[in-house]
Amino acid sequence: MLQIKGLTASVEGKPILRGIDLTVPTGEVHAIMGPNGSGKSTLSYVLAGRDGYEVTGGTVTFDGRDLLAMAPEERAAAGLFLAFQYPVELPGVGNANFLRTALNALHRARGEAELDAVQFLKLARAEAKRLSMPDDMLKRNVNVGFSGGEKKRNEVLQMAILRPRLAILDETDSGLDIDALRIVAEGVNALRGPQNSALVITHYQRLLEHIVPDRVHVLAGGRIVRSGGPDLARALEEGGYAAVVADAA
Amino acid sequence: MSQAAEPMQTVHAVTQTPYKWGFSTDIEMELAPKGLNADIIRLISARKEEPEWLLEWRLKAFAAWQAMAEPHWAHVAHPPIDYQDLHYYAAPKRKPGPASLAEVDPALLATYEKLGIPLKERAILAGVEPAEGEGAPVAVDAVFDSVSVATTFRATLAKAGVIFCPISEAVREHPDLVRKYLGSVVPQGDNFYAALNSAVFTDGSFVYVPPGVRCPMELSTYFRINARNTGQFERTLIIADVGSYVSYLEGCTAPQRDENQLHAAVVELIALDDAQIKYSTVQNWYPGDAEGRGGIYNFVTKRGACRGARSKISWTQVETGSAITWKYPSCILQGDDSVGEFYSVAVTTNRQQADTGTKMIHIGRNTRSTIVSKGISAGRSDNTYRGLVRIMPKAAGARNHTQCDSLLIGDRCGAHTVPYIESRNPTARVEHEATTSKIAEDQLFYCRQRGLSEEDAVNLIVNGFCKDVLKELPMEFAVEAQKLLAVSLEGSVG
Repeated sequence: MLQIKGLTASVEGKPILRGIDLTVPTGEVHAIMGPNGSGKSTLSYVLAGRDGYEVTGGTVTFDGRDLLAMAPEERAAAGLFLAFQYPVELPGVGNANFLRTALNALHRARGEAELDAVQFLKLARAEAKRLSMPDDMLKRNVNVGFSGGEKKRNEVLQMAILRPRLAILDETDSGLDIDALRIVAEGVNALRGPQNSALVITHYQRLLEHIVPDRVHVLAGGRIVRSGGPDLARALEEGGYAAVVADAA
Repeated sequence: MSQAAEPMQTVHAVTQTPYKWGFSTDIEMELAPKGLNADIIRLISARKEEPEWLLEWRLKAFAAWQAMAEPHWAHVAHPPIDYQDLHYYAAPKRKPGPASLAEVDPALLATYEKLGIPLKERAILAGVEPAEGEGAPVAVDAVFDSVSVATTFRATLAKAGVIFCPISEAVREHPDLVRKYLGSVVPQGDNFYAALNSAVFTDGSFVYVPPGVRCPMELSTYFRINARNTGQFERTLIIADVGSYVSYLEGCTAPQRDENQLHAAVVELIALDDAQIKYSTVQNWYPGDAEGRGGIYNFVTKRGACRGARSKISWTQVETGSAITWKYPSCILQGDDSVGEFYSVAVTTNRQQADTGTKMIHIGRNTRSTIVSKGISAGRSDNTYRGLVRIMPKAAGARNHTQCDSLLIGDRCGAHTVPYIESRNPTARVEHEATTSKIAEDQLFYCRQRGLSEEDAVNLIVNGFCKDVLKELPMEFAVEAQKLLAVSLEGSVG
């Protein structure tokens, strides 16, 4: 589904990604772990197409299409979703309204029928219930006055409603208590299926106890320095990044 | 900046539709000489068959105006206006207009389409000439239709005892009411433009709601169809008698064509004991092109007097048009426990300038006022909020809350907030909050990542920003206003 080859990127002229090679096949969940400053968030922003993250080399294909040539909203329409590390507040914009606008934009781009307010609310309430989130989360303004944990859960709710082909979670677990962590994990696990993939970016291993990945990659200094099975995550937790990074160097 | 996409610049400043009320299309009158003097005012008054007292009233206004100078304190700039170079009594110039919608600028029609303006109204707004005889274009239906619709509405209103008519008709039919209240809120010598209006006003609306009556309809549809060409010196007078209620909607979301560059209207509202007046405006006159050429100067004086105890006047405005807007809908809170409200969205793009706000004058005890102002600036425009809250010595327990937010789109526009607070009673409480923000890159990216186009993202963010004001508009108007904001800001990002 996702193929990254020799990807290099810089931010404000400073090289961050120094040649990433990564393939996420359809139906698999991959984790990217790495120390702070290794380029994890930069990778997620580059994949989502954020301004200011300049691709200087390499290719990324998504379902065979040139991802880097697409606008952010086109990537979304193609099925790419980014759960933000720091979800953004939209004052005055109701969560339900925002989500319905987004869902209908995706449907429109894909030539599918749009949902009216009643249909949408039915869907949104069902998803909120499944993720043990209170209904009033839908009524509140997007992320305004949300606690850190609520913001992350709201990202997962959006993901559940928008049903992406590829979900990228950028440190969605940071700052979460164990209950919230489980909800996030359930959200990702619910999306798992033969047609969906996920790229879970995390600093800690604990999320990966709930979302058991097919592959784990270690990102350091802008490169994937090691890849392995779920055991690699546990080894990292025990030995720390330093040993792994030093080994690879 | 993809400013070529801005639809408003395609609206040409010409108008063709004749006056509906009380005007002959006498050639002589259309050729009335330019300039303003006592004789011209006598001519106006005579042509309108006005009583002597009104002529005296106009002449007094003219004398006051002559002694005044054009105000220059507002944060706006324009070339000098030659007041002797205007026609003060001429029906709008009757240049031939398009014969059918097929001849109307497609960009203008596209704008109507986006705004969801009913087909029949589009022709009227675009100034399509009603044709005669066979093969009549849509405009004929529209005009006939609007007349019949208007008549139906008038019958319903009459049944409730509500008087709603052109002010020139009210001068003839209800002289006592007009004489009692005209100029009682905005005196002839109030300010330069109000004095000019008082001297030469041509027409406008008159509303009287009798005691205890709740006006059975929003005075909207009627107005939308009928009040397009009340002229550049429009005069509106609304009186809500004891315990009555009226909601009045002025303007239209569609871009309106008008050849008069200077507009100096006066609106006076009077609410007696326990009466409520809700006055909503959507103003979308021609704002000029991207370089600031053309466009309407909208110098209007709007003021309401909460004369009775527990009365309430609420102003809601969505201002997206005009090259220059100079406008401060105000409330004089005379009655004890009376309430004044001002909810405003002002959008400026390209080279538009808006200096708008309100005045809340607290005179009675326990008077309350709320001000919510949302300014949105894009392009190279300038947007100023100017507001006065004055607490008089007897206004014990008076309260005001002001919320004043500015949103900037791009980095070549300006937002200014100029609050004046004068409190002469120690028991009064006055609060002022102000914020200025930019549509942040991270907000846009967040929306786009979820699948919204950049323009849809801007619309969503802008509508969220304006929500506190838009929810004050009557339902059907609020929906149109949302679309209008979207159309107004089209092409202002990116």
